Amino acid sequence: MTRTIWITAAAIIFAGAAFAQESVATLRSGTPLADNAEPPAIAKVVNSDLRQVRNYPEQPPLIPHKIDGYQIDLNANQCLQCHSRTAIEVSQAPMVSITHFMSRDNQFLASVTPRRYFCNQCHVVQVEAKALVENGFVDIDSVLEYVEKNKGGSD
Amino acid sequence: MLGFLRKLWGTIRRPSVHYSLGGLTMGGFIMGIVFWGGFNTALELTNTETFCTGCHEMRDNVYAELKTTIHYSNRSGVRATCPDCHVPHEWTPKIARKMQASKEVWGKIFGTINTREKFVEKRLELAQHEWARLKANDSLECRNCHSAESMDITRQSPRAADFHERLLFTGEKTCIDCHKGIAHELPNMKEAMLDGSVVFSSAQVVGSDDLRSYLNQHAQH
Repeated sequence: MTRTIWITAAAIIFAGAAFAQESVATLRSGTPLADNAEPPAIAKVVNSDLRQVRNYPEQPPLIPHKIDGYQIDLNANQCLQCHSRTAIEVSQAPMVSITHFMSRDNQFLASVTPRRYFCNQCHVVQVEAKALVENGFVDIDSVLEYVEKNKGGSD
Repeated sequence: MLGFLRKLWGTIRRPSVHYSLGGLTMGGFIMGIVFWGGFNTALELTNTETFCTGCHEMRDNVYAELKTTIHYSNRSGVRATCPDCHVPHEWTPKIARKMQASKEVWGKIFGTINTREKFVEKRLELAQHEWARLKANDSLECRNCHSAESMDITRQSPRAADFHERLLFTGEKTCIDCHKGIAHELPNMKEAMLDGSVVFSSAQVVGSDDLRSYLNQHAQH
């Protein structure tokens, strides 16, 4: 009796493992659960200094350069070393947006408001890597163009 | 006392009775080598990272911070040790710096920065000393490795190339003007700006008190 249970259990486990290997291949791409897959190489950060198009109007602009070791804490903010209002004359970097001077009560302050101080909460670098998941995002301009073209269609 | 000095002077002036001139000359020569060699050995011994990080003040604060930076770990494996940046390489300035460092011995004995809190409290002052020193010698310790002549700006990012061409090659700025906090954490830059030791950089534009109260406010929610 015990033996039958053991055999059945083993059969279920092996069948399950085989099933997992063949049909449920996700980001592990078929690597058995007990093994470690070869990790992809660490992708390089885009360092072109070329500003990228925003995917939607309110997207925080992407950082087109490396920010390794930039210090952003109570003592210093190394992003503002170039992007602050007064530094851009020398740095020729884009100035931190004036919305960042606005407090939550819509009052403009003399300096960057604390709630917008930690740059990389919203602004991020990009890496030269293949997207893990395909993205069907369509820019609003394409949507508008599509609507314009199909005017007088269904509605 | 005066009698003793007079007697000593007499002894020094009198020709040697027991020792030969050759023996004395050779003895002086050998002792000279021993003393000079010993002096230089001691000098070099105190000019190593092992010596610097022998104290917890350096090991747990500035050395720990250095480890995360490119001057400690990078693709080519060439790295800077403490004295490479903080001690002049030429003999005379090196001795001058070593004499100044006697104040650091004082600090060690009396525990000026023997806790993390004391170190953080003093970080701005300590940083300002180094900034002033590097500003005064035109970032000599940076330039011991990074020479403007050998700098190929076509291999730099466009942003870095532009900065170096505009500010470094023209001599308008020196390395430390822009590259503060390259190997250690920056002190409070707001305070640094207020007392004028930082002019170009406006790295800190938010009053840290505002920021602190903002963060505390949100930590409570």
